[in-house]
Amino acid sequence: MSSQHSHASGADHKHANHGSLKSYIVGFILSIVLTLLSFGCVMSGAVPHDLILPGIVVLCVAQVLVQLVFFLHLSAAPGQRDNLSIGVFTVLIIAIVVVGSLWVLHNMNVNMMHPAPAMSLGNAG
Amino acid sequence: MSSSTITATHDTVSHGVDHEHHDDGSKTLLGFWIYLMSDCLIFSALFATFAVLSNATVGGPNGKELFDLSYVLGETMLLLVSSFTFGVAMLNMHAGHRNKVIGWLFITFLFGAAFVAMEIHEFAHLIHEGAGPDRSAFLSSYFTLVGTHGLHVTCGLIWIVVMMDMIRRYGLNDAVTRRLSCLSLFWHFLDVVWICVFTIVYLRGVL
Amino acid sequence: MFGKLSLSAIPYNEPIIMGTLLMVTLAGAALLGWVTYQRKWGYLWSEWFTTVDHKRIGVMYIIMALLMLLRGFADAIMMRGQQAMASADAAGYLPAHHYDQIFTAHGDIMIFFMAMPFITGLMNLVVPLQIGARDVAYPFLNSLSYWLTAGGVVLIMLSMFVGDFAATGWLAYPPLSELKFSPTVGVDYYIWSLQLSGLGTTLSGINFIVTILRMRTPGMTLMKMPVFTWTALVTNILIVAAFPVLTVTLALLAADRYLDMHFFMNELGGNAMMYVNLIWIWGHPEVYILVLPCFGAYSEIIATFSGKPLFGYKSMVYATAGIGILSFLVWLHHFFTMGSGADVNAFFGIMTMIISVPTGVKLFNWLFTMYRGRVRLTVPVLWTIGFMVTFTVGGMTGVLLAVPGADFVLHNSVFLIAHFHNVIIGGVVFGCLAAMNYWFPKAFGFKLEERFGKYSFWCWLVGFYVAFVPLYILGLKGMTRRMNHYVNPEWQPYLVVALIGAVIIMAGIGFTILQLVVSVRNRAENRDLTGDPWGGRTLEWSTSSPPPFYNFAVLPHVEELDQFWADKEHKRAYKRHAHYADIHMPRNTGVGVFMGGFGTVLGFAMVWHIWWLAAFGLLGMVASFIARAYDTNVDYYVPGAEVEKIERARLVPSQKLVEHVDPASAGQKVA
Repeated sequence: MSSQHSHASGADHKHANHGSLKSYIVGFILSIVLTLLSFGCVMSGAVPHDLILPGIVVLCVAQVLVQLVFFLHLSAAPGQRDNLSIGVFTVLIIAIVVVGSLWVLHNMNVNMMHPAPAMSLGNAG
Repeated sequence: MSSSTITATHDTVSHGVDHEHHDDGSKTLLGFWIYLMSDCLIFSALFATFAVLSNATVGGPNGKELFDLSYVLGETMLLLVSSFTFGVAMLNMHAGHRNKVIGWLFITFLFGAAFVAMEIHEFAHLIHEGAGPDRSAFLSSYFTLVGTHGLHVTCGLIWIVVMMDMIRRYGLNDAVTRRLSCLSLFWHFLDVVWICVFTIVYLRGVL
Repeated sequence: MFGKLSLSAIPYNEPIIMGTLLMVTLAGAALLGWVTYQRKWGYLWSEWFTTVDHKRIGVMYIIMALLMLLRGFADAIMMRGQQAMASADAAGYLPAHHYDQIFTAHGDIMIFFMAMPFITGLMNLVVPLQIGARDVAYPFLNSLSYWLTAGGVVLIMLSMFVGDFAATGWLAYPPLSELKFSPTVGVDYYIWSLQLSGLGTTLSGINFIVTILRMRTPGMTLMKMPVFTWTALVTNILIVAAFPVLTVTLALLAADRYLDMHFFMNELGGNAMMYVNLIWIWGHPEVYILVLPCFGAYSEIIATFSGKPLFGYKSMVYATAGIGILSFLVWLHHFFTMGSGADVNAFFGIMTMIISVPTGVKLFNWLFTMYRGRVRLTVPVLWTIGFMVTFTVGGMTGVLLAVPGADFVLHNSVFLIAHFHNVIIGGVVFGCLAAMNYWFPKAFGFKLEERFGKYSFWCWLVGFYVAFVPLYILGLKGMTRRMNHYVNPEWQPYLVVALIGAVIIMAGIGFTILQLVVSVRNRAENRDLTGDPWGGRTLEWSTSSPPPFYNFAVLPHVEELDQFWADKEHKRAYKRHAHYADIHMPRNTGVGVFMGGFGTVLGFAMVWHIWWLAAFGLLGMVASFIARAYDTNVDYYVPGAEVEKIERARLVPSQKLVEHVDPASAGQKVA
C-alpha cells in the first residue's frame, strides 16, 4: 500500500510515463501502416479470400496493442499495474460476453431454425 | 498527494497518507480508467449484438452493397491524425506550453469534428437511400454501434471545447492537467474502439 | 406540447390506485407540513440533501431502501391476496392489467430500489470507516449517484399515478415489451427509471473500487482488509462489469420503441433471444452483487459476536473472488428451455453447480467461526443463523434447478419463485436487516431495541417458510408464475397458507418499524458512548458513534487483520494524540441534487415524448456538470485545533466508560 501511496503523490505524476514525441510518432506511423494494411487486405484483392478475415483480425489486434502502448501508455510498470490488471480483467469479461453470446445465440438459431421466416418453417415441418 | 503542503507538522502517524480529497492525478486517472473499461463493456455488448444480427438483412441491403471503404479509410485517417495531434497537445502540456496546448487541442477538435461530419454525412446518405436503421435488424445494429461511437466522439469534442476554455482561464493548473489527462485517455480510447469498428463492421462487412 | 401526456393518463377509475394516491398525498403533505412547521428545510438541505459525507449518503440510501421495501411489500401482499382469492370461478379483486403491473413493479422495486440502495447504503456507511479513510474517492460523484437513484425512484413511483407501469414481468422480455404489444408508457417508465438508477449504480461502483484500491489507511494491505470491504470490492467490480450490459440492453429496447429499430422483434430480422441473453449477462452477476456484501456483513457479525477471528479469512477472500468470476459464466441457466441445445445447457448447468462450491466454503467458515466461540445471540446473530439455514435450503433448490433436465419441468413455475425468494430473502433481506441492526449504533450512537428486533426476526423467518413452502409444492404440482387466475381449485388452500405467510412477514416489517420508532424514542437508554457497543474487531468501531465528519482524527496504522481488536488487547486503543494535523475535507454541493432533478425531468419527458422538455433536462444535466467543473471552491481544511477540541470531547466519556463497565463485557471491550 505504501508504494501505491507514493504513486499517488502529486510530484510523482510529473514523472509518470507520458511518452515522448518520438514514441507518439512511432505509434502514429505504426497505426497508419497497420490501417493501410488492413484496408489493403480487403480492397486490393491480392489476398486470398480465406486469409482476409484472419488477416484483418490479427492486424486489428496488433493496432489495438500499438495504440494501448504508444498512446494510452499502458505497460507493466509498477504505476500502471492496477490499470493493466483491470484492463486484463475487462478483456476477460468482454471475451465471455462476446464469445458466450455468439455461442449461445448460434446454437439457439440452429436449433430454433431462426431467422427462417415462418413460411419456410412450415414447409420444413 | 501534496502532503508536504499540508502536513508541515510532524505527526508520525498521519504523515503522508492523509488528505484523500486532494485529488492527485493518480486516483482520478484510475477511476477514469475504470470508467473507460465499463464503456468498453458497453461497446462489447453492442459488438456482440451486431455480430449476432449481422446477417439479418431480411432482403434489405447488406454491408457489401452499402459500405464505401475508401470513405471509411478517410474517416479512419482523420481519427488517427486527431489522436496524434492530441498526443502533441499532451506533450506540450507536460512541457507547460499553455498556448500551444490550446492550439493543438483546436487542431484535434477540427479533425474530430471532420470525422463526425463525415459520419453524419454517411448516415444521411444511407437513410436517403432507404437503408435507415428501421430497414432491418442488421442496419439497426450497424447504426447503433457506429452511432454510439460517434456520440462518444461528439462528447469528446464538447469536452475539448470546455478544456480549451479552462486552460485559457486557469492556465495549466493541477485540476486542468488532471482533466486533460483523462480527456487524453478518452480520446485515444475512442480510437481503439474505432479500430474494432472498421475491422469488424466495415472490412468484414464487405467480405 | 405535452407529447402523449394528458389528464386521461391519471387512472381515475382504479379505486385501489386512487386510494393509494390519496394516502400518499396525505402522508406526503403531512410530512412536508411537519418539516415546514419545524423549520427544518434549511437543515435538511444543507446537512443532508447536499451532503457529500459518505455516512449521511449511506443513511439516505437505507431510508430510501426501507421506504421502497414498504412499497414492494405492498405489491407482494396484493399478489398473494389476489391468488388466494382468484380460484376457479372467483375473479379476485385485481384486473389482469393491474395485476401484471404489480408483479412487474414488485420485482423491479425490490431489486433496483430496495436491495440495491440498501447494499449501496451499507457500503457507503461502512467501507470508508473499515479501511480508515476520511471519505470515498469522489465524494461529489457519490452524492450524484444517490440523486440519480432517487430520480429512478421518483419515476417508478410516479408511474403508479400518471400513466401505468410495465406489465411485462420484471425484466421486460420482448416481444411483449415492444411497442406493438405494450403500447402504453409502462415499459418506457421501466426503461428510464432503470437507466437513471443504473447510471448512479455504475458511478458508485467506480467510486468504491477506487476508494478501496487507493484510500486504505497505511499498512492495510489487501489481505488485511476486513471481509466486508473485500466483498464490497468484488461487488463493485461486478457492478462496473455488469451494469454497462444492462444499459445497452435497455437502450436497444428503447431504440426499438422510440426509433423504430428492429433488435428484438422477429419481423425484419430481430432476435428476441438476444435480449434475454444480454439481460441475463447482467442479471446473474446482479444477484451476486446483491448477496456478496451481505455475506461480508454476516462474516463481520459472526466474528464479532463469537468473540473470535473469522475462520478461514483467506478462503473467504478467495471464495468471494471466485464467485465474482464464476458469476459471469452461469447466465444461461435462466433460459435453459430456450433451445440452445445440450452442449450449451450442459456447460452452464455444470458452471452453476460449481459456483455453489465457494458458497459452501463460506458456510463452513461461518460455522467454524461459531464453533467453540462464546456466541452472543443478539439480533444480528439471529438474522445470521436464520440466513445460514434458509440460504442453504435455497441454495440446494438452486442446484436442483441447475440440472437442465429438471429445469425443463420447473422453469417458470412457482417452484422457481420459491427458490429465488429463498435465496434473496434468506440471503439479501436477512443480511440487510442484520447489517442494519449491527451498524445502526455506529451511524447514530445508540443501539436498536433488542425485543422488537427479535420479534421482527421470528416473524420474518416463520413468515418466509409459511409463505414459500406452499409455492415449492405448487411448483411441483405444475403451477406457473404470474397467474392472475387459475382454474384448479386444489391449489387454493396452498395459496391461502402462502397469504398467511405474507401476513406474518408483514408483522415482521411492522416490528422493524416499531423497533426503529421505539429505539429513537428511548435513545437515551440505548446510548453508546464508547463507539464500540459490540466488542468489535475492525476499524469502524475504533472511532466514536456517530463518527465525527472526518471519521478519524489521526489515520490508524494497520499491522494485522482485526487491528482494533489487537489494539484493545494491548491497551493501545483510544489513544489520545498530542497533536492533531489539519484535515482536508470536501465541501457540500447541491449539484448532485440538481443533476438528479434534471435527470428525472429528462426521464419523465422521454416517457411521455415531450421532446422539448427532454432536451431541457439533458441540457440541464450537462450544464450542471460543466458548471461543477468550473467550481474551484470544492474543499476546505479543518484546523487541527478544532479537531483536537472535538477529539477531547469524545475521548473523555469513552475512556471513563471503559473504566466503569462490568468485568464480563469489559473482557470483550478492552481485554
